[in-house]
Order: sequence, then C-alpha cells, then structure tokens
Amino acid sequence: MIRFENVSVTYDGAARPAVRDVDLEVPEGELVLVVGPSGVGKSTVLGAVSGLVPHFTGGTLHGRVTVAGRDTRTHKPRELADVVGTVGQDPLSHFVTDTVEDELAYGMESLGLPPDVMRRRVEETLDLLGLADLRDRHISTLSGGQQQRVAIGSVLTPHPKVLVLDEPTSALDPAAAEEVLAVLQRLVHDLGTTILMAEHRLERVVQYADQVVLLPGPGERPWMGAPAEVMAVSPVCPPVVELGRLAGWSPLPLSVRDARRGAAPLRERLEGKQPGPDTGAPRPAAPVKRLFGRAKKENTGAPEPVAEARALAVRRDRVQALTRVDLTVSPGETVALMGRNGAGKSTLLSALVGLVAPSSGSVRTGGAVPHRTRPRDLVRKVGLVPQEPRDLLYADTVAAECAAADRDAEAEPGTCRALLAELLPSVADDMHPRDLSEGQRLTLALAVVLTARPPLLLLDEPTRGLDYAAKARLTAILRRLAAEGHAIVMATHDVELAAELAHRVVLLAEGEVIADGPSAEVVVASPAFAPQVAKILAPQPWLTVAQVKEALER
Amino acid sequence: MREADGSGRPGLARPRPERGTPPAGVPVPRPRRALHPGAWWLWALALGTAATRTTNPLLLALLITVSGYVVAVRRPHTPWARSYGAFVKLAAAVLVLRLAFAIVLGSPIPGTHTLFTLPEVPLPGWAQGIRLGGRVTAEGLTFALYDALRLAALLICVGAANALASPSRLLKSLPGALYELGVAVVVALTFAPNLIADVRRLRAARRLRGRPDKGVRGLVQVGLPVLEGALERSVSLAAAMDARGYGRTAEVPAAVRRTTAALTLGGLLGVCAGTYGLLTAAGGSYGLPVLLAGLASALAGLRLGGRRSVRTRYRPDPWDARAWLVSASGAAVAALLILAGSLDPGSLDPGVVPLEPPALPLWPAAAVLLGLLPAFVTPAPEAARDPRKEPTT
Repeated sequence: MIRFENVSVTYDGAARPAVRDVDLEVPEGELVLVVGPSGVGKSTVLGAVSGLVPHFTGGTLHGRVTVAGRDTRTHKPRELADVVGTVGQDPLSHFVTDTVEDELAYGMESLGLPPDVMRRRVEETLDLLGLADLRDRHISTLSGGQQQRVAIGSVLTPHPKVLVLDEPTSALDPAAAEEVLAVLQRLVHDLGTTILMAEHRLERVVQYADQVVLLPGPGERPWMGAPAEVMAVSPVCPPVVELGRLAGWSPLPLSVRDARRGAAPLRERLEGKQPGPDTGAPRPAAPVKRLFGRAKKENTGAPEPVAEARALAVRRDRVQALTRVDLTVSPGETVALMGRNGAGKSTLLSALVGLVAPSSGSVRTGGAVPHRTRPRDLVRKVGLVPQEPRDLLYADTVAAECAAADRDAEAEPGTCRALLAELLPSVADDMHPRDLSEGQRLTLALAVVLTARPPLLLLDEPTRGLDYAAKARLTAILRRLAAEGHAIVMATHDVELAAELAHRVVLLAEGEVIADGPSAEVVVASPAFAPQVAKILAPQPWLTVAQVKEALER
Repeated sequence: MREADGSGRPGLARPRPERGTPPAGVPVPRPRRALHPGAWWLWALALGTAATRTTNPLLLALLITVSGYVVAVRRPHTPWARSYGAFVKLAAAVLVLRLAFAIVLGSPIPGTHTLFTLPEVPLPGWAQGIRLGGRVTAEGLTFALYDALRLAALLICVGAANALASPSRLLKSLPGALYELGVAVVVALTFAPNLIADVRRLRAARRLRGRPDKGVRGLVQVGLPVLEGALERSVSLAAAMDARGYGRTAEVPAAVRRTTAALTLGGLLGVCAGTYGLLTAAGGSYGLPVLLAGLASALAGLRLGGRRSVRTRYRPDPWDARAWLVSASGAAVAALLILAGSLDPGSLDPGVVPLEPPALPLWPAAAVLLGLLPAFVTPAPEAARDPRKEPTT
C-alpha cells in the first residue's frame, strides 16, 4: 500500500538529510508504528506519505514514495486526498469549518461526492467515533479527546485507504486515548484501513501495532520488524518492555496481559520485598516551624503549606470549571493532578498562580492571595511552566532569555544561565529558543521560572511531546528539586510520570476532587490511571521498573 | 478502489456511548434544520434600511427593540453569536462620540434653548467655518442624538444579522465558482478569534514571568510572538486543507474555459456600460437592456465556471417557506417605512426647531412590529448542552 524506495529528504538549508535511505513497504490493512527519539525524522516520514513533504514543506526528496500506486512526485497532496487521510499533531490547526458535522463533511465536499453519500457517511462516522451527541457543537467548545476524534473522523469520511497520524494520543487522558485507539483498531479490523502512526507514548500503542519502524537516530537507516523484535533493541521502549528486558522474558511481552501471564516467577522473587522508601524523592526533613505561623492551623506540627485552596470555585465562560476544591500542598511534596481532559486541572493551576480569580472560596500561595499580588512579587512565591513552554519565551537567543529572566526575577546576573547549565549542559548561548527540541525548550522554561527560586513549582502537562530520554532527564531534575525542598504540583495524563515522581495524587472530575491520597493507593485503585508495572505485578505494590530493579539488586 | 458509497460495511454503524451523556435510550431532541442564513441577513439588512429612512427616536427605539428581541430568543448558542454584545457596545460608542462632537464642535442647527456655554477657542482665519467650544443648544443636541440613533440602529441590525447567522454560514451558500474566495474569507474570520485567544494566553504568560500583564506595553510586547503563532497556524492549516483536497479541480475542455472567460468579462463590461447608460440622461433608452444582458451573461459565466470545481455541498440550507416569511417580513418593514416617508415625511423626521417631543406615528410603528414575525415562525435554538471544555486548548 505504501512504498518507500531509497528515500532521503533534505530540507532547504540543512547540512544533513532529515531522513536517509528509507526503504520499506507497508502492506494493506496493517497498523504500523513509527518509533524513535525526538528529532529523528518521524514527522518527515509521515509527511512524505501524504505528499506534504516535499510539496508543502520544501526540501528535496530523493528516491520514490508511492501510495496505492500513485507516485507522490507527480501527485500533489490534494490529488492524494482520496487515498490518504492525515491528522497532524495539533488537531486545532486541522479544522477548516466551525461545527462538528460540517467538519466531517468538508473533505467529502472537496472531493465532490454526491450529497446522499455524504449524508450517509457523516451519520456512519458520527456513530463510529461516538460523536453523535456532539454533531452540532462548535469545535472550539470540545475537549481535547473529542477534538482528536473529530479530526480523525474528518479524514475518515472520504474513506481513505491509508491513515497517517502524528501523535494521536499524546495530548489525551488515558481514557480518551483508549477511545481513540479503539477506533483505530476497529478501522484496521473492520475496514482494512492501513494506518501509519508516530507516537511517543509507546505504552499506549505498541501492543496494537502489526509492525514497528524504528528510526534509531538522526540520519540513520530505519529498521522495520515485528514489534517484539524491534522493542528488544529499541532505545525507546515502554515500561512493560523494560520490565520484560529486566526479567529476561522471551518473547518480550508488549501488553500488560502478556506480561502478567509470564510474571508469576518475578512476583515470587519479589515476594516479601517492599518498594524503596518512597516512589519519588525521599521526603525532606520538615522545615523549621515558623514562629508566627498562622493561628488558624490547628495541627501545629504540620509545616506551613506553600499553597492552600479552600472550597475553591471558579467559573470560566459561564462554565463551572472548579467546584469546592480543597487542596493543601506542603513544602517538598510532589503532587500529581490527574483526571480527564477538561476536568479542571489547568484551571486549578491557573488559580494557584492568580491567572483566574476564584468566584468563591479562597486560594493562597505562600501566604499571598495570588490574583491580587503583583506579578513581580508572585514569581518569588510560585512559578508555572505552561502547557506550551514556548509561551514563556520571548527573546531571540538562549542567553538573552536568561538575562531577561534574571532582570524579571531581580536575581544576580547569571543566575538563570547557571541554572540552565546545570539542567541542560549542552545548550549553546546563541541558539534561538524555537530551534530547541521540545525537551530542551521545556528545560529552558523551567530554568526561567526557577530563577526567582519559588518554593512552589507548577507544571502543566510537562511530558507532552517528550521522548523517553527527555522524560527521564525531566524526572531526575524534578526529583532533585523536590529533594531541595521545592513543592511541585503537576497536571499530567502521564501515569508513568506520576508513578515515578508523585508522593500524592489528586484526581479531579467535573471540577471536583474525587480522590486525594498517596500515589500508590490512588493510582493502583484506578484501572485507567494505574501504571503498567502496577498492573503487571498486582497485587504487589510496585509502581516503576526502577523500584523493581532496585529490589532485585538488594 | 473501494466501492463508492461505502454501504454494506460491517461494524460501521455500531453506536458507542459518549462520555458524560445521558444513558442510551434517552432520546436527544434534534432541532429542526436552522433557517437559511441568507434569510436572516435579508431580514436584518431590511430592518437596517428601514432605520435609515427615519430619525424619529421612538421608531428607531422600536426597531432596535424588535431586532433585539428576535436576537434574544433566536440566536444560536455559538461563540459567534456573542458578537451581538460587541455591536451593541459599538453602537453606544457611536452615540456618545456623536454627542461629544456636537458639544465640542457645535452644530449647524440654529437654536434658542442654550443649555450651557463652553469657552470658545479662537481659531485662525484659514479655519473659518470650524468652531471649537461655544454655545451648546438643546436643539443641536437633540438633532445630534436623532442622527446618532439612526446610525446606532443600523449597526445593531448588522449585529443582529451576525448573531443570528454567522457570515461563514452565509458564505457557504455562495455559487461554486466563488467557493474558494468564500473559504478564504471564512479562514480569515476564524483567524481573528484565534488571534485574540493567543493574545490572552501570551499576556497570561507575561504574568508568569513576573512582568505586568496589563497596560499597553504588555500588549505591544506580545505582538511579535502572537504574529509568529498566527503565521505558523495558517501554514499548518493550509497544509491540512491541501491534504484534505482543497483546490482540486476538474478537467474542463478548453472551449468551455474560453467561453467562461468571454461570458464573465463581457457580462461585467455590459453591467458597467448599462449602469452608465442608466445614470446619464443620454443613455436612457439602451441602459436597462444592456445592464440586464450583461448581468445574465455574467451569471452564465459564473455558472459555467462552477464546472471547474468538483466540489459538492453537504446539507445545504434549504430556502423554505420560513425563509420566505422571514425575508418578506424584513422587506415589508423597509417598504412600508419608505412608503410612509414619502406620504408623511413629517412624522418620520420630527423637527427639532422648534423643539417639540416626537410623536409616535401609529402606522409606521405597526409596520415596524411586522419585523417580529421571525421570532414566531423560526425554530427555537437548541438548548446549550454542556458547554464544558478544556480551558487551555
């Protein structure tokens, strides 16, 4: 169905090709996963299938790409629109019209299908993707998972033979990701659609793949094979594979189910052992009690909280985003906020930094009311790294950005640069923040925020778009910050990250706190939020591969 | 190739429950199809035309109330519909500005009731005819108020059209040959809300950096990143549209292409010549026929040009009896007010010299009330269902 023959792509002005010697064939009806670290050209490979590379992006393509017998050199993307459906990383930039139903019909209108066929396919697709109740809704009012399903639906209606998806589940909560993946599976099984997909969150998708294409490094030859074979050597792999490698299982399990069936001996070896003292950083010694702690605190033994919300309610655009939320964050504590898209996680973070004012209840960070505090004073109490770290960066170079951060925080010149050098040794002073990789940019934003030394650090979806290596670096950094006494609150869909870092997990649903407790208890109790290792080794209380490894070595 | 209609596929119509919706078995009421957007625009513009025919403040207030009532009960729950508020604010600003000008610059209306006197600024000789400050009369202010109210009513009527049927829906009804133009406008229209959202997000980010997030400087400094973001979004939207088949064209014979060009060009020239003929005294005889012939030829050209586009239309809004009623009610208001204006100009344009309270002319007022018809013949908008969303995306 898709054929790459000796394909190399060199973008204009680039010294080396983005991908080199891609030579592979995807048979009809298979789900093929493209994996590899950030920046190895996964998106380039995907773009070459729809013809957007090089027709739209520019650059030179050597070799030949054919899709359903059509050569992309002679066919422009619009002439491939009836055989290839493409959904990019950001579904919002994909939408042309404003309501769900029109969006589903748009592609068919462009292809000129007869009205009765369009009508039938829209109804079928609404049912297939579970969008029937949203048909008249404005797209901007949908949640992330719903938008992703609309984006997939909008390219499905012309009945393409090939579906190309770039990170379809990265921005979604676990439940919404399951929904999207269930749809993709149905397409492969029932309709025989060929799917080519890139995804960083391998733990969600690798068990569904028929074949995996591994791009080991920039400009290196890709390698295609059965998922288990590729995963055995892949530099990026999900926890289940890592555990399998650790325990020496063969064949390598790809799904929790496979792993559980072979996990009995491992469970026996782990019998009687306990996970290390803590999943995250060791708890810091309680800070010195302040002399003039607020008298309101009854439990005088507890340290002064760095953030406290009481009966917090927030309305945004006539929507009750938060209802009676109580949350206390102590120094040195790492809290993971979890819940489906639209549950109010980001709103809670915004309330903690004063971006939104509470409609009732109170919120205090570091003893101040955040939305009434001057920004200049607030940065010393709390720092937020937003979902899109680029929003925080204005300057042309990394050095200028750091200098600006020092001025904003009224810190010693060079503070931010020193922090950055510690967190990210390799980055050059004269690089443009836009040219940094996703992980580097996040680290730069983190350094900028940390310049003011806020005791409370908030992170919104920090692992979105990060590969496993970047995630491991981030985990190490955050763990060290927590050990230094920073309180960290992160909103995340990434259960593996929460399992590795968080002391406490707070589950939000419909703007209310529905669970608040130690991570081991909360995440293991919920099937959607349990990390893979917990599912494999249940009922034993293991959360991460690192814990198991450490216990086995003990 | 797969079969064209996609029928007979197993598993396609298997419904899946949607999170956060009522359990299966609870019927979700489907609204009847919305009214044709063209009907709303005709209705609103006709009310606007009626507003331009009168300066009677009572009639204008009635017109504003009528359009406001229809908007209140019939506007859909879309973000676009909220633009009505912006138009009302704009109208209020126009009103205030016009009155301020009348106070500061004076008014050509002679008046005897002096309200107060501003210190007059002496201007040099070359600025003769312009006055700054001076006497402010009740007559002058009343005249300015009537005049401004007319403009405000017009603006509010346009706002009503916007709120009841977004321009993008209207553009969907364009003929096939103009389709690409329509899409360009639609994309531009969705651009503005995205731009505003970007500005908000980036100003919030400034606060996170410890810089003040209010004031003009804050706005200026986020300008460049906002433009960058907008540019990137446009590029990725263009890529997505291209990949979804935007701009596919059908092969048409060269003869058809040439005929299209000849018809369109000739038709437009004919329209120009005909209009000229109609407007000049000399061309009275040939003006109308040439205009009509040109129009017909241009329309034929457009229709033929539509053959190049392979595009089909999904569920076009039908022009039904309700659409006729709505547009007719608007047209009736406009026609009756024009008629009343020629029969009894005094009641539609109440005098300000001498100052007298305006009277409400009965027949024109009844005519304006005809504009309420859409509130009864069109379907009610569906109730807003759970507008919950992820606030940050």
